[in-house]
Formats: sequence, structure tokens, C-alpha cells
Amino acid sequence: MSKAVAVEAVGMTMRFGAFTALDDVSIKVPAGTFHALLGENGAGKSTLVKCMMGFYTPTEGQMVVDGKEAVIASPKDADRLGLGMVYQHFTLVPSLTGAENLVISREDAPKVIDWRWERRQLADFMETMPFKIPLDQPVSALAAGEKQKLEIVKQLYLGRRFIVLDEPTSVLTPNEAEEMLGLVRGMTKRGDLTVLMISHKFHEVTAFCDDVTVLRKGKRTGSGRIADLDRKTMAAMMIGDQPIATLDSRAATPAEAKPVLTVTALKAKDRTGLKSIEVDGLSVRAGEIVGIAGISGNGQKEFLEVLAGQRIREGGEIRVKAAPYASTREQSRNLNVRFIPEEPLRNACAPKMTVAENISFRTFDLGRNGKPAAWVSARAIRAYAAKLIEQFKVKTASLSSPIQSLSGGNVQRAVLARELTGDVDLLIVSNPCFGLDFAAVAEIRARIMKARNGGAAVLLMSEDLDELMELSDRILVMSDGALVYETPIATADVHVIGEHMAGHH
Amino acid sequence: MADMTASDVPAPLAPPRLSGALAFAARRAEGIVIPLAALIAGMAVFSLFLLALGKSPAQFFELMWRGGFGSWFSVQNALLRATPLLFAALCVALPARLGLTVIGGEGAIVLGGVAAAAFGHWLSGLPSPIVIFAMGLAAMIAGGIWIGAVGALRHYRAVNETISSLLMAYIAIALMNQLVEGPLRDPASLNKPSTHPLDAAYRIGPIPGMDVHWGLAVGVIACVACWVLIDKTRWGFAARVAGGNVRAAQIQGLAVGPLIVGFCALAGALAGLAGMFEVASVQGTANASLAIGYGYAGILVAFLARQNPLGCIPVAFLLGGIAAAGGLIQRRMGLPDATILVLQGMLFIVVLMSDTLYGRFKVFNPDRWKRAG
Repeated sequence: MSKAVAVEAVGMTMRFGAFTALDDVSIKVPAGTFHALLGENGAGKSTLVKCMMGFYTPTEGQMVVDGKEAVIASPKDADRLGLGMVYQHFTLVPSLTGAENLVISREDAPKVIDWRWERRQLADFMETMPFKIPLDQPVSALAAGEKQKLEIVKQLYLGRRFIVLDEPTSVLTPNEAEEMLGLVRGMTKRGDLTVLMISHKFHEVTAFCDDVTVLRKGKRTGSGRIADLDRKTMAAMMIGDQPIATLDSRAATPAEAKPVLTVTALKAKDRTGLKSIEVDGLSVRAGEIVGIAGISGNGQKEFLEVLAGQRIREGGEIRVKAAPYASTREQSRNLNVRFIPEEPLRNACAPKMTVAENISFRTFDLGRNGKPAAWVSARAIRAYAAKLIEQFKVKTASLSSPIQSLSGGNVQRAVLARELTGDVDLLIVSNPCFGLDFAAVAEIRARIMKARNGGAAVLLMSEDLDELMELSDRILVMSDGALVYETPIATADVHVIGEHMAGHH
Repeated sequence: MADMTASDVPAPLAPPRLSGALAFAARRAEGIVIPLAALIAGMAVFSLFLLALGKSPAQFFELMWRGGFGSWFSVQNALLRATPLLFAALCVALPARLGLTVIGGEGAIVLGGVAAAAFGHWLSGLPSPIVIFAMGLAAMIAGGIWIGAVGALRHYRAVNETISSLLMAYIAIALMNQLVEGPLRDPASLNKPSTHPLDAAYRIGPIPGMDVHWGLAVGVIACVACWVLIDKTRWGFAARVAGGNVRAAQIQGLAVGPLIVGFCALAGALAGLAGMFEVASVQGTANASLAIGYGYAGILVAFLARQNPLGCIPVAFLLGGIAAAGGLIQRRMGLPDATILVLQGMLFIVVLMSDTLYGRFKVFNPDRWKRAG
């Protein structure tokens, strides 16, 4: 097996028109090291990687591979030099087996394939791999962790000895993530492979990587050996000196707190319409956050849609404060039920309507006395929105700007402003921090905690276990459309939760 | 939630009054300037077509001006032709606010006309205000059911409303032919099967001082009322939310189904009124002449007006004028009747293409002004 490749990018600059996405960034990844690339959304991580792999032609800058200057004008050039990339989302053909996926990915795959010979070759190749993956099953039958490993094996099979991993653990359970990263770590240690991993999870970076480079707003703000850096220093490099909201301490949930949300034997079709989700025995009390963990696609989205009235309920019962709940506007208004869905621009806003109008979605049909009114007052809408924009520090050019012109964090702030104003008794939240920057994430979590301490019952669905561990009072696991595990936060163990997420119980 | 936990961002708002007004004007201007430019561009393309035919564009547009807008006589002619377009355009513009593209207003017009003619005949002998009211109501119900059904199919059965409304229009025309040649036929109508002619007492006359019937006034009022409905009432606001993002509307608990069916039914009811006025003011009877493409011309009007009911008024007048000039152009320039349709088609294509220009010009986007300085 050939040896790991050393890669260095020198003075990379990338301009898109007047916008500088990457400003004189250098990064050095010696052969056989595991290097982390940290940075917030929009810091320039993917731009840097795309420049290195030949997807973009940098405005300025050079690549050095194994000590020699290299011209990488296209992904083909990168391939020839042994440089490869594993994307965040899988690029395997689901209906083909692992073996078939590997063979067809080869550029020199013959027109007529001698499968028996190829299988023997593959078996020999797999002998040299630390990964054990069943190659004779269709990829669709593999677990997410196995698919991710197969993606890496594919890069090695194609002869790549420098691999970029783009947030490789975002779809894995903690156990799968640890196993996969451990194996990769082993390969770099033996000098078989060099890895550059894009990540935002500090615990993975500190546990597995040798070196780190941090980007912020297109510039390199720091780098060094992981051993010499602590989390705080790295976070400071990532976000600069902007202030970060801190969580309020957790007020004790009163022992006599009444259940606000009860779900019994709820049934609904899932996204495909072929399977059903069934949620039974869920109850959320006032003043507690109940977190629902699960890998994406296990019915959490459908469950939220049923609660929000976006999906038809086929059976079972939802009660809010003992009253049957059917997601009408009157009920959610009277019972103080609020929703913060994921991807707010797609699920909670009308992108082309103005910021002021979007902030008024919950209240536009109320008159000054709080009673339903036929006439909508544009002036009242603007006044209300102006007040909330100030309170929640939504950054917008004007009240009349379409909400789609705002940054993700500010769209989420606008939605929070709308949903968290007034009395909240039940708050249903889904992946609230997906794709947001550090400061926005901290602020949004602080607001959720504040709502909880204010006496709201909070149902929090999240694919981010760290977030659930930080916020929840109890954690439930959803797998294959059902709640399969429950634990109070005091006894919550990431690995046990991970096993239930993967359906291993 | 008054106290803050996070970063200190200065509130960016509170612009001075003058620039606020300017910003408001700029945002509004986009929806006027771009369609106007598209209109001019469309006419330029049409000029090339005329040149290719060896005809003079200058003469064409001079005749168009004279035949459609140049004299009181031609203005009235334009207004007369604009009247059904107002209703037909609303039949497109109202569902459009909910994100629906309904193109089958023709069907509601036809059925509205037949229903009005039928009731005018059946109630013959009753006092005229009652009969005229009943005719209008029948026309609105017929049209409302027709387009309301399109909305219901869309929301409850996920049937594409563009296709279904078009097919429903064909069904409506077939239904009209069936009725007019069968149960509702006036035996005296020999060459062109028609319903019984409406009694003179039940016909709707001209607005005093004009040759244009009352339908024009009703149409203008309908446009203004629809604008008020959309811009000033909570139902209109809810419709805009649902049209802007149906998931956001659902999560706010807005009754999306009733909104869609209601707006579609209202749209169809207004188109039905167009048919009623064609019968009661123009033709005096319902026959195949009801289906002469007003419903389709209304699509062009609504798109040119950016689905804004107020905008439909001047645009309908403009297209009414172009149509009114058709006869003159035909006689003087020796061009076939279809020439006007070619012009309409070209305008429509250019207007649709102009849709991609929105948001591209800094002039219309006050948010981007400051960064330039």
C-alpha cells in the first residue's frame, strides 16, 4: 500500500466578485497527520477545501503536494495526486452493492466487468483495511456508519492518500462516530493516510486530531497542535471577541407541575406514506425540557408536523392542558402553544413577505383589544415588529425588507421574537440551531432555557446530542417512528442513547 | 422576554422620514416600471414581426392609438372591451395570491352567462330589480362553484389547479353548448342556437353619459374591493401567508383549505358576473359567443398587473383599447384578425420573461443603497 501524502496550501485567496471568501490562507498538513479545520458557517472552510481539490480555481495561492509544487486545476488533477474528498452527504448508489459501488467508481473500470476476478481483488484489498463492511449487500441496507466507512474505503480503493472529510459524523450516532474516527486515526498513525477533517465538534477534534487550523470570515485566525490548545482558545479563534450568551441556571421543576402536553397512541403516515409513526405515552410537564433524540429520518419530523397541523393525524390523541388539541389557530392561541420548526425560512416564514409582516403572523388578526378583528393595520404591524426587532436584536436593513434577505441567525431571531413574546405554556422546538453561527446558537439556547424557567413546557427535537444534553431535563429516543427509550438527564449516557438511536435494542 | 442575554447590536431602524418615503416609493416602483418596460419590449418585438410582414409598425401603433384611445368614441369602445377583462383578470389574480395559477376563468364566464340567461327567462314577469339580482346571484354561484371546485381539488386531492381549471373550462363550454342546443334553446334561434332573448326590462343599460354598460362600474368596484380584501383584511393577509409559504400558514393554524376554496370560489363568482353582463348588457342571450377568449385575455391582464387587483384596471383598459383597434387595423393595413392575438401572445411571453428581473435592480431595493455609498 502506498504511503500517506503531505499537502500544503500556500496563500490561498478566493474572490467572488467584490466578495473575498478566502483571504491569504495557508494550511500545512504533513503526511500521516489528522488535521482539523474549524470555523463557523461561512468562515471559508468549504471554499478552502474546494480550492485545494480543484473545484475552484483560486484567485491566488499555490498547492504543494509531497514537497513539490503542484498545479491542481480540476478534481482530475487532485485525483492523480492522490487527493480525495468525502462529502457530508453520501454519494453512493443505494441500489447497488458495496462491491459494485467501488468498482464503478474507478475511472478505469472495464467495459465488461469480470466480477469474479474483481471480487477476489476486492477481498484482498479489504484485508488491508481496518474497516469491516459487508460488500455484497445493497448500500441501502447499510447503517449510516457503514456507509460513511464505505465512502472512506472508496477513497482508499481509488488510491487516494490524502482525504478531506466534510463533517463526517453529522449523520452518525456517537458510537458510530467514535468507531469511525478511531479507525481513521489508526490509519494516519500508521502513515497510510493523511486526513483533513472539517468539523465543528470540539470533542471530536480534541479526541482524535493532531493539529488544527481555524478560519473566521475567510481569514486564518489560528493554528497549532491540539495538545497545546484548549477548547476555550479554539472557540475564541473561531468566533473572535463577540459576546456569547450564557445559559441561565436550571430552576428546579416543581414536583407538582402538571403535564401540559400529553400524547397518547398517536399514529400518522411517514414521509414515504408506506410506514407509520406511532408515538405513545409522551408527557411534558410545565417547567421542564423534554428532548427527543434520534437520527434524521426516524419520524421526528413527521411527529412535529402532526403536532403543528401540517400532517394528518390518523389516530390517537393529543392533549394540551387536558384539552384535546387539533392544532387550530384558536386552540394554539388560547392554550399558548408555540412552534419553532427547523429551517425557519422554509417552515415558519413567507420568504418574500416583509420582516414586519412575518413577525406579525401570530397576531395580525387581532385588534387593539386583543379580540379578532377584520381589518389589518399596516401601521400596527410595523409598530409591533419594530418593538420586537429591538428586543430580540434582529439585524435587518428595514422593516420592509423581505425576510429572505436576512441571515439565517436573524431569520431565527425574528421567528423567536414572534413565538416567544407573550405567555408561552407549551413550546415545541425542532433543531433550532441547525446551520447557525456560534453566537446565535448560544443566544437561542439561552432563550429556550429562559422560557423553561419561566414555566413553559418545552418539547425539543434535535439531531444534535450535545444540544439535548445541555438543555434537556429528560431525554427520549425516537427510532423507526416510535419512542424507544427514556432517561432523566442525571443518568443520561451518550453511548446508551446512541445505541438506542441506532436501533440496537 | 424584555431583558437580553446576547450581543449588543444597535437597532438599525428609524430612518428619517424623507428617505423612508423614498424607500417606500422605490419598492413600489419596481412593480410598475418592470411591467411597463416589458410592455414596450413586447411591442418592439411585435414591430419586428410587422416589419417581417412588410408592414409599417408606425402605422400600426398610430392606428392602435386612434382605434383604442384617440377619441371619446374609441375610449368608450376600449372600456366596453375592458369590462369582461376586469372580472376575468380578478379570476386569475385572487387565486394567485394563494400561490395558485388558475387559467380557466373562461369556464366560469360561460357558465355565469348561461345561468344568468336561464334565470332571466324563468323568472320572466317578476319586477326587474329582483330578476336582475337573481341573475347576478345565479351567475356568481355558477362561476363560484366551478372555480371553487378547482381550489378544492387542489387542496384536498392535490390536483394541479392550472391543468384542472383549463380542463374544467372545456367542460363548461361543452356544458353550455349542450344546454343552449338542448333544454334552454329558444326555438326561434335558427342559425346560432341561443337561449331565449332576455326581456328588455331585464337588460342592464349604459352608464348615464356613456355608451358603456354598468358592468364597467361594477368591475372597477370589484377590483377595488378585491384590493381592499387582500391588502387590508385579515383574510387577505392570511391568504398572502398561505401563498407565500403554505407550511408557515399551517404552523400558524391558519385554515388553508377554506382560504383556498373561498378565494377560488370568489374568483369564479366574479368571472361569472362577467358572463352575466355579457348576456344582460351586450348580447341579450346566451350562446357560443360567450366563449370568445375573455377568460384567456384576463390571464394576460392579471400577469401584466402583477396580480394586483388595482393594477388590473389600467391594464384591462390598455388591452381593451388594443382589442378595440383591431377592426380598424384589419381594414386599413390589410392584416388578418389574428394579428392582435399575435401581439397579445408576444406581450405575454415578454411579461413572463420579465419576471426574472425582479430583485435585480439596486434602484428598487433600498436595502442595497447604503452599501453603494
